[in-house]
Order: sequence, then structure tokens, then C-alpha cells
Amino acid sequence: MTQQHHKSNYRQKPNDSFIAPKKRHEGRLKDHISSLRRYVDNIKPNFVEGGRFAWLQSTFEAFESFLFVPDTTTKRGCQIRDAVDLKRAMITVVIALAPAMLFGMWNIGFQTSLHATDWPYELGTVASWWYCLWFGFLRMLPMLAVSYIVGLGIEFTFAQIRHHEVNEGFLVTGFLIPMIVPVTTPLWQLALATAFAVIIGKEAFGGTGMNFLNPALVARAFLFFAYPTRMSGDNVWIAADLWGTDAITSATPLAELAAGIQPSASALDMFIGTIPGSSCETSVIAILLGAIILLLTGIASWRIMFSVIVGGGLMGLLFNAIGANAYMQLPFYYHYLMGGFMFGAVFMATDPVTAAQTNTGKWIYGLLIGIFAVMLRVINPAYPEGMMLSILLMNCFAPLIDHCVVARNIKMRQKRALVKQKTTVL
Amino acid sequence: MSNLKKLVIEPLRKTNPVTVLVLGICSCLAVTAQLKPALVMGASVTIVTALSNLIISLLRKGIPSRIRIIVQLVVVATLVIMIDQFLKAFAYEVSKQLSVYVGLIITNCIIMGRLEAFALSHGPGESFLDGLGNGFGYSLILIIVAFFRELLGSGTLLGYQVIPQSFYEAGYQNNGLIILPPMALIVVGIIIWIQRTRNPEMQENNQN
Repeated sequence: MTQQHHKSNYRQKPNDSFIAPKKRHEGRLKDHISSLRRYVDNIKPNFVEGGRFAWLQSTFEAFESFLFVPDTTTKRGCQIRDAVDLKRAMITVVIALAPAMLFGMWNIGFQTSLHATDWPYELGTVASWWYCLWFGFLRMLPMLAVSYIVGLGIEFTFAQIRHHEVNEGFLVTGFLIPMIVPVTTPLWQLALATAFAVIIGKEAFGGTGMNFLNPALVARAFLFFAYPTRMSGDNVWIAADLWGTDAITSATPLAELAAGIQPSASALDMFIGTIPGSSCETSVIAILLGAIILLLTGIASWRIMFSVIVGGGLMGLLFNAIGANAYMQLPFYYHYLMGGFMFGAVFMATDPVTAAQTNTGKWIYGLLIGIFAVMLRVINPAYPEGMMLSILLMNCFAPLIDHCVVARNIKMRQKRALVKQKTTVL
Repeated sequence: MSNLKKLVIEPLRKTNPVTVLVLGICSCLAVTAQLKPALVMGASVTIVTALSNLIISLLRKGIPSRIRIIVQLVVVATLVIMIDQFLKAFAYEVSKQLSVYVGLIITNCIIMGRLEAFALSHGPGESFLDGLGNGFGYSLILIIVAFFRELLGSGTLLGYQVIPQSFYEAGYQNNGLIILPPMALIVVGIIIWIQRTRNPEMQENNQN
């Protein structure tokens, strides 16, 4: 085909050399891009001050900077220059989330194939790998779409009203929200939760970078308290069919433990993630892959991740030592494998906006998240998943922790300076 | 005349005791899960603020300044006990729903605030209107909050089913979060947000 194409080109224009077709192709791409550039430049006057669509300025800017790298540079003052900007950081997190997302999609299909009666394949037999993934993809797609459309719609509106630029902050939040809710969550509830999270959790405080609570977790907490029957219990984790919100009864390991029975899934199953649970947070392997990406690129803080895990382990060991009931006797590493512990530790606790900023503060913040998460799980069966509440709680305390760390540092340095002064006087 | 009118109208908007002075928040959180208790509570507080303002204003020249708080408390407490007894006699169900919150009207900051800030320095007529206005302002916010909380949380208004059964059959669910006390504060917060956005002169720091 290509050869024919070359030949015909050659025949039509004998003056062209042999490499002409490739060059021409490149040229065409350039043409397209420059025509796009021309088009954008053409419509630009409509969107600046005084133009017909001046009220859509932020939206225009968002799309322009989405298409082309902005050519504006800082004009004054001393700035830190770095290849990593907000956009790149956010996209790295999305890439890090991809393994968990893909595994989650497959697991949605896999769990349904294990339990559904009207599954196209025979009951009990595991459906083909691709079919599971496709099933999960079709379930996740509307949730992702709803989360992005609602969230970005609100973000664009607020940016417009406030004459701000549209921020990239919602890229990750919009990706996270569908991942941490049960797959059977009705879309209107998801839309409401997203709207609540973005308006009350974020925009009320000034938008990206100003929120003190993790917006994705606010959305989940909203669903958890507003519609408890759709967010916990045994009836929400596995989708019965492709298009409905019907579900199949099946307990998560956390629910089983809260009810006082040992988890039916083995530790290995929980590690791989072939268990029922919120749509994309079951697989520890996939989450660890994401964690490696985040740590290698330096996007997330290793101090927080590590200290959350240490905190959870310490609390688990303490409960092992007390050993008053079956839940307390559970080996401590089970807490890492069940529910959203690892997902929270890697992707939620490390959110740079809502976490503690000082290095010492990060240790305290992370340790307390781990401790509270395990404590809530074991002590309070009304909240089988302690991770969400514990991260939100510590989000509230992060500024206080930072304040104390900074104040202590100032005090210590003052003390040191005073000692020095005294010795020099003497 | 317009001055007197202002005394009643202004607390509904620009000097609202709840959204601008941020007083009386605790009861706003406690009694607004349903509309009916909120209405009764609003009426009770309005009566107490108006009458206590009137009485203290009449007594204002005879009260020694050093014991004025005690005198105010005696007046307010008497009125509150009367209201409480009245509710127990004629609206027992609501009285049970409101439980201790009727008694706690005594501690409502709006009442003491108006006595201290207004009744002690103004004539009885003006003071009565000021008390009435502030009571209305408080009730207004209470009713708005309770309206949304009952509608979204229970699907009812004043106990009558408002959201049709067909909605529930189509998958609609009552919002359990809005019944919880924190949501009362969030709704008040949203009202404050809207009010301040519409009146830029109310913002302390008016530059972006």
C-alpha cells in the first residue's frame, strides 16, 4: 500500500526525490498544527478583555494551554525554575494510578463472573481476561465521565467567576473519586458527591492548593454518611450486570472482620487484589507499582508513605499484644492487605496540599494516620474502613502539626543563639 | 417612621444575628433537622427577645449597672420558663422534640446581646421593635436551614411527604448526611457565602 502510494506520488511529481513523501507528511502535520495555531490566534481577540466572549476567558486559556505550551515567562523577581509544574505532577500521579485503575477494571469483571448468574460465560468458570477488563471498563467509564464532567464544570465556572486560570488540580481528584467508591454507586449520587467535594471541600476555601481536606476523600465521606446503604454492608461491592445498579451479596474482608468472622479470602488473594471491595483499591501489587512511580519521580513524600505503614503496623502489633478478640489477634500485616489502607497511604495521605509540609511534621502526620486507621477498624465496627476517616482527621490537624514543628524549631534556635551570646560575653 | 421600620427590617438582612453576627449558632444546629421544631423555636426566641428587650428598656434607668446582667437573666429566665410551660401545655409533641433547647434559650447569645447593646440605651418602643426584628432574623435563617434539611434529609416538609413515591422507586434516596448536625453549619455557611457575595461591602478584605 505504502509503496503504491509512494509510486503514485513519484509519478505525479517526478521532480521530487525519494524521501519526498516522508518530508511531505511531516510538512502536512506542521501545516495542521500551524493552522490550528492560526485558528486559536484568530479567535483569541473574542476572549480577551472587551471581546464578545470575555466572560469565557479562563475557559479559553485552559484550552489554549492544553493545546500549546504557553510562551509567557516570568518577568520579575527570583523564581525557582523546574521542569515539574502542576500539570506534569498531576499527570505523573494519573500514570501512577493507572495500574490500580486497570487492575480494578479487570477485578470488577472478574468478581461479577465469579458470582453472577446471567454472566455470558458459565457460572463459576473464570471469564476470559479481556472480557473481564472490558466489562470493568464499561462500568468505570460512566463513573469517570460523571466525575470529570461535574467536577471540571464546577471548576471552570468558579475560575470564570473569579477570573482565575483554570487549575489542573481536578485531574487527579476526578480520577480518584470513581476508584474509591463501590462500583455499584448510582451515578447521580456520584455527581452529587463530586459537586459537594469540589464546592464545599475545595472552592469554598479558594480552590486548588488552598483546600485543607482531600477532595476525593470528601466525596467518599459524603457518600458514606449520606447514603450508607450504598457505601457499606455486603450488597454494594459487586455489580450484578452491566447497566444496572443491582448488586450481588458478598462481604469484604473488613466487613467480615467487623461482623466477627475471619476473612474468607487468603492473604495472597488480598495481596493480589482478587477480592470484593471499592472499585480500584483492592490490589496491593498494583498500588505498590504506583508507589514506585511516585517515589522515583519524587512526586509523593516517602516519609509520609513509610510512616503511615509504620504507624498502622505498630497499632496492629499493639492490638496483637492485647489480643482481646479475634480482630485484635489478626496478624498486623493483614491491615495492609485489606480495604483501602495501602491506597490511602500511597495516594491519599501523600496529597501535597493537605499533608503536613515540614519533614518532622510528615512523620507525625503519617504515623498518626496509620495508628488511627487501624484503631478505628478494630475498635469501632460501625466504621469498617478507618482509613478514610483517619486521613480526613489528620488533614484537619496537619496545619497544627506544622505550626508546632516550626515553633519548636524557632525556640531551639533562639536557645542556641542565646547560649552562644552568653559564652561570647563571658 | 422609616427609622422604626429599619429596626425590624435590617436584622433580616444586613445585621442578621446568625449570618452576620454569628450568634445563636448552637440552637440553629440542634433544632433544624425538621421544619416544625424550627418554626416553634423561632417563634419562642422572637417572643423572648422582643419582651425581654421591652422589659429591660422600661427598667433601664432603675438598674444599677453593676448588677445589670443578673437582672437581665432574671427577666429572660422568667420569660423562657413561661414559654416552656406554654409549649408543654399546648404543644406537647414539639416541646418533647425540642427537649432542653427551649430551656437553653436563656443562654442564646442573641438575647443577651440585644439587651446589652440596644435595650439598655434605647426607649421601650424601639427596643421592642429591635427585639422583634432580631427574632425574625434568627427565625428566617432557622427556617431556611430547616427547609433544606427536612426536604433533602427526610423528603418531607412539616411532616408531609413532598418528594413523590415515584422518585424513590426510580432510585432516589434521602440524604443521611444532611440530618447530621454538621450539615446545619455547612448550610448556614453557604447562606453566609451567598449573602456576602451579593453584598461586597460586607467583606472585610475587599481586594482579591
